[in-house]
Amino acid sequence: MTDVTDKAEAKLDRPLGQRNDPRAAKLSKASKAKQKLTSPGATIAAIIIAVVWTIPTFGLLVSSVRTPEEIRTNGWWNIFVSPSFTLENYAEVLTTQGASSANLGSYFVNSLVIAIPSALFPIILATMAAYAFAWIKFKGSGAIFVLIFALQIVPLQMALIPLLQIFSGVLGISGTFPAVWIAHTIFGLPLTIFLMHNFISEIPGEVIEAARVDGANHTQIFFRIIIPLSLPALASIGIFQFLWVWNDLLVALVFSGGTADVAPLTQRLAELVGNFGRNQERLPAAAFISLIIPLIVFFSLQRYFVRGLLAGSTKG
Amino acid sequence: MRGLAPFWSDLFEKFGLMLLGLVAFAAIVGIILFVADKAPKKGRDVWQLLAFIAPALLLLAVGLIYPAVRTAILAFFDRTGDEFVGLDNFAWMFTQPDILRTLINTLIWVALVPTLSTIIGLAYAVFIDKSKGEKVLKSLVFMPMAISFVGAGIIWRFMYEFRELGFAEQIGLLNQIIVWFGGEPQQFLVDSPWNTFFLIVVMVWIQTGFAMVLLSAAIKGVPVEIIEAARLDGANAWQQFRNVTLPGIRGTLVVVVTTISIATLKVFDIVRSMTGGNFDTSVVANEMYTQAFNRNEFGYGSALALVLFLMVLPIVVYNVRVMRKQKEIR
Repeated sequence: MTDVTDKAEAKLDRPLGQRNDPRAAKLSKASKAKQKLTSPGATIAAIIIAVVWTIPTFGLLVSSVRTPEEIRTNGWWNIFVSPSFTLENYAEVLTTQGASSANLGSYFVNSLVIAIPSALFPIILATMAAYAFAWIKFKGSGAIFVLIFALQIVPLQMALIPLLQIFSGVLGISGTFPAVWIAHTIFGLPLTIFLMHNFISEIPGEVIEAARVDGANHTQIFFRIIIPLSLPALASIGIFQFLWVWNDLLVALVFSGGTADVAPLTQRLAELVGNFGRNQERLPAAAFISLIIPLIVFFSLQRYFVRGLLAGSTKG
Repeated sequence: MRGLAPFWSDLFEKFGLMLLGLVAFAAIVGIILFVADKAPKKGRDVWQLLAFIAPALLLLAVGLIYPAVRTAILAFFDRTGDEFVGLDNFAWMFTQPDILRTLINTLIWVALVPTLSTIIGLAYAVFIDKSKGEKVLKSLVFMPMAISFVGAGIIWRFMYEFRELGFAEQIGLLNQIIVWFGGEPQQFLVDSPWNTFFLIVVMVWIQTGFAMVLLSAAIKGVPVEIIEAARLDGANAWQQFRNVTLPGIRGTLVVVVTTISIATLKVFDIVRSMTGGNFDTSVVANEMYTQAFNRNEFGYGSALALVLFLMVLPIVVYNVRVMRKQKEIR
């Protein structure tokens, strides 16, 4: 069983369009020459890039723990001259209620309530559909699958107006959590079906054939073989979809109604930054609250994150 | 600090709703599969097949195919969608200076972002390949990829922040550096046409990590023996890179460039949250939102969406063709 998953997992670690198998290179690592190709110049260039790429985020993190007065009057680098530390910005943006306050506590909850189902729904439906496309023979299977693959090229923008009309006119759910869940589920399906199909079709036919001979039907095969074997793929794609939804602004703007009842963090942040002058002492802490979940996911699950990214980068 | 109680009741209510949604979803899926499982022997396979693919197909048909077709049609109708106006919406697009500016900006974005991100990402991947601390160095540049465009927008708003010289200390790092060197602070996000380039910097900052991670994986896939052979033949580092590494990673390069191009064409959040499309910085995706949802000009909005689709189409087709070719080789 592990052989099966290993082989399929190896596929997950390879970017699309990658011809060579990186594992082959790893094997021959022993024969790798000792000398380094990188010159001192290259090392310096790399360090400069790394620093330039890190400073903006680092500056925001530093800003977020300075007092509002300091944020307004001088730059974050002054912290090295006159060190200070406070969490009052975080307390302020998270817990203060009222029309003019950031009220991010509510929006944080909204983001979670939006992102968890919006990650689970599409991957479950996609796994079901992918199984059917990979292992149930039926007429038109290939054509429909190609059609679904092709749907990835439809920009979200093409679907927004009519879908909003359906939600508000026909279903009457515009501006509710279910509307946002359904929208994200629909937009996530083409890619998740495609990726899950890639994975599920790699499961050796003998495993499934053996189950069929034992008298298992499709539902049983699905729950007893497909789901357990697909867990690594489900994790990668699920994490990727979760982050995509968590970071999304467009779908939220169109379908959430924009109030503290439903709208996610990104929407509130976009509003706050729209009035930059008035909110600048709140923004560093506010932005970091929205970054914290992606950053935790990124640093703790980097392996899965990279896989999801390698596979799912064409989404949108 | 007042009012934590409403926060908790709010929290329980929302998580309750989420739980309800999850249970409802599980119940629906469960019932569908259960019914298919217990379907009469005759035609059970058909029922099971339907149970597996119908939910996804139904959602896609109603939520994506129908809307996309309808948007394509609405592009030829007026703002209410009642009256056929032929190509008027497109004529409007190409005669309004604002919208022309938007189209040109989009082209500038799609020309610069993939090029810069890929070059910097590739250079970085080569520089740090097999070096000490490669993992950490990778994480640093890759990290922006995990955060939202809105978050990135805020990060860079602070980098670009402008204060009039002599009135206040600079709080934006870039202007402070300019001042340290005795220059005049700039309004990076206001002064056209350069403000578009400063927005592009944000996108490059995000996408470089993506290019770097993919290209780094590809570089590691180039057989060591070939590089070794080239080295023994007396090729210097640049020649090794140019003649061995580069051809070896061509497939991945194509995927990286096309993927970033597609993401760039659809860029919305950065422009929305940093300038709102003001000061001549708007792009097609942002203008589409403004026309359709702020001004209720559904005809114009649909036409812009269609233009976006037509811009993305050739890149995707090319991408798919390259990928299919590679599959055959593999």
